[in-house]
Amino acid sequence: MSTQPATENKPSPVQDAVPPAKAATTLLGYGRERVERARGGEMGSLPAVAGLIVLVVFFWIVQPGFLSLYNIANLVTQAAPIIILAMGLVFVLLLGEIDLSAGTASGVCAALMAVMIVRHNMAWYFAVLLAVITGAVLGFLIGWLRAKARIPSFVVTLAAFLSFQGIVLMQVGKAGSVSLPDQAAKPIITLEGYNNNLMPLWLGWVMLAVVAGGYALVKLRIAVSRRSAGLESEPTLVTVAKTVAMVILGAIFVYVLGENRAIQQNAFFNNLKIEGIPWVVLLLIVLTVGLTFILSRTRYGRHVYAVGGNDEASRRAGIRVDRIRISVFVVCSLLAAVAGIVQASQLESVASNFGAGNTLLLAVGAAVIGGTSLFGGRGRIMDAVWGGLVVAVIQNGMGDLIKGANSQAWQWIVTGLVLLLAAGFDAASRRVGGADSR
Amino acid sequence: MTETTTSVTPRTTGSGEPILKLRAINKSFGPVHVLQDVDFEAHVGEVTALVGDNGAGKSTLVKCIGGTYSIDSGEYLFEGAPVKVHDPRDAASLGIEIVYQDLALCENLDIVANMFLGRERVSGWRTLDENTMERMAGETLSGLSVRTVKSLRQQVSSLSGGQRQTVAIAKSVLWNSKVVILDEPTAALGVAQTAQVLELVRRLADRGLAVILISHNMRDVLEVADRIVALYLGKTAAQVQRADVTQTQIVELITAGHSGTMGLVPATNGNGNGNGNGNVAQVVEALGIADEPAAAADTAVADAVAADAEAAAGTEETDGTDGVQGAAE
Repeated sequence: MSTQPATENKPSPVQDAVPPAKAATTLLGYGRERVERARGGEMGSLPAVAGLIVLVVFFWIVQPGFLSLYNIANLVTQAAPIIILAMGLVFVLLLGEIDLSAGTASGVCAALMAVMIVRHNMAWYFAVLLAVITGAVLGFLIGWLRAKARIPSFVVTLAAFLSFQGIVLMQVGKAGSVSLPDQAAKPIITLEGYNNNLMPLWLGWVMLAVVAGGYALVKLRIAVSRRSAGLESEPTLVTVAKTVAMVILGAIFVYVLGENRAIQQNAFFNNLKIEGIPWVVLLLIVLTVGLTFILSRTRYGRHVYAVGGNDEASRRAGIRVDRIRISVFVVCSLLAAVAGIVQASQLESVASNFGAGNTLLLAVGAAVIGGTSLFGGRGRIMDAVWGGLVVAVIQNGMGDLIKGANSQAWQWIVTGLVLLLAAGFDAASRRVGGADSR
Repeated sequence: MTETTTSVTPRTTGSGEPILKLRAINKSFGPVHVLQDVDFEAHVGEVTALVGDNGAGKSTLVKCIGGTYSIDSGEYLFEGAPVKVHDPRDAASLGIEIVYQDLALCENLDIVANMFLGRERVSGWRTLDENTMERMAGETLSGLSVRTVKSLRQQVSSLSGGQRQTVAIAKSVLWNSKVVILDEPTAALGVAQTAQVLELVRRLADRGLAVILISHNMRDVLEVADRIVALYLGKTAAQVQRADVTQTQIVELITAGHSGTMGLVPATNGNGNGNGNGNVAQVVEALGIADEPAAAADTAVADAVAADAEAAAGTEETDGTDGVQGAAE
């Protein structure tokens, strides 16, 4: 925007408002704008990242084993289902809705997949496809009840939460769980990441190169096109810094997971090598990039934010609000199905209480801790990633830290407190942002 | 004001043919006959103020124009041709945009995203064409001489009331619109920001749009309007040139539906002295005899009304209405 000096015309009384400033092009301006945004309540994932660092350092100091090679890989695989579930919840939360049934929906889909593979000898890929489609259908049902029948999502999904649990119970049957056979489900088991089903070392480096290179390329392309269009863009130094940080952290990650982390090194296990990145990391990266693209670069994504911000305004702007509302529940349940498949592959079985308990709460907690607002309109896919890591670190670290009868109890209490803290952050930043003063 | 208001010489209505013309519009909701044979015109390059008390039918009329409601009967002419408007999209495709009082902005989106809401530009691979959108938004805002926003990528939640109003108005002119309807644009603003928005309203008209301004605020109307259409209990009380009426007369039209020779209901039966204002007769919906009430009574009413208006410009004072009606009878 070409801001002219306010000399022409009689200066209207409100020229004071803000001096025209080419804000973000300089490094200083960029920093200032960031600070201003944070003050305005747009903290993004910053608190989650800071919290993650603090937690990791804390657990590391208290218990050096926390940062052992084995545990790092463990952490990532533990976080994966939570992160994927949270990604779906970000869509729903963006609209200011809630999906309490996402956890048990993942149970329904995982149980269906397992039953199909084990009892009906279905090929694993058909079973996976069936599970994902089932997730989408369940989501459509929930979304339809919310958008068309106008039942509050809290009630719809609470009902779904209960009945889905029943469906899982019915599917699994008396046995209490369905075990996935290694052979029939080999490619699914690949996702588990405990045994030898890990990415080859070279592929890890290729993945890092593709991700970091792609990131830099996209940023560069945006910057060049914005500059040629005469628009202000992120300072080059910031872009470079972000890319370098990503490369360094990624390289450490790939290198560390490339080391042999087999715990037993005796004569019997001598040949056992556990090295490489769990495949699920690739899945996480694909989902993160793909979903972020959808939310931030497509009309659909823009409309999701718009409906979450002001559904009446969206309706007037010609956005089909009901469709958007249904679609987010479809996305959420679909991703819940994916999370269920991943978790089932890690557990190598589906128990009758799969996806129940605190599965959903951890995922909601992850999204909110990451910076997604419970009030709608604010949130990103990366929130789910950071938040999911925080939750996984707490679970993992607490589990090892406190032994004895009450360890589970403490784990829940601390997770609950962290969630409360995050929601408090959310509410406070909303107040600062002025969204409450309507 | 583009024109000086030195004389009472009637100005020929805008640029001749009105761009928007409604004739004998009727609209009922069940048994309630909200609009009764309402006439309305808007001209290119003019600000037409639509005034009237609560329940006079302003909102209904605007919603009929904007396609939210479809009319029961009557003629809807756009650029001289009869059109059917049953849907907000019909109105939008004609080039009619409404800026609602509650602005319809998404606070969590930035200025550019709001201005293109629902009509986002996409480039290859169906991705949002942010650069084009930002450039167009910037051009529109600077074309309207808006210099108060710092960055087009600011979230609307960080803007002041006046800035939000500015964004909402700029959004409406982004689409080569021909008629822009502003519903109470200054209702929630302070003095300085009101001045700013009114300046913007004036510029819209100067840029060749037909602007329809709904307002309760007499000062706004007097300051910025070229023509004034007064509704009274679902009927068109008068369509007059701003230059031809005083504040007192407008307030009378709003509160009583008539003022002197103008208006709907004949006052007390006087001697019918015709009055010299030819143009008033021309634009007024005078039903039959348009008689002046006794001079003394008239002045008294005028004073009372003026005082009221002065006291509570911009707010709705039902007491005032009652008082005026009482005095008129």
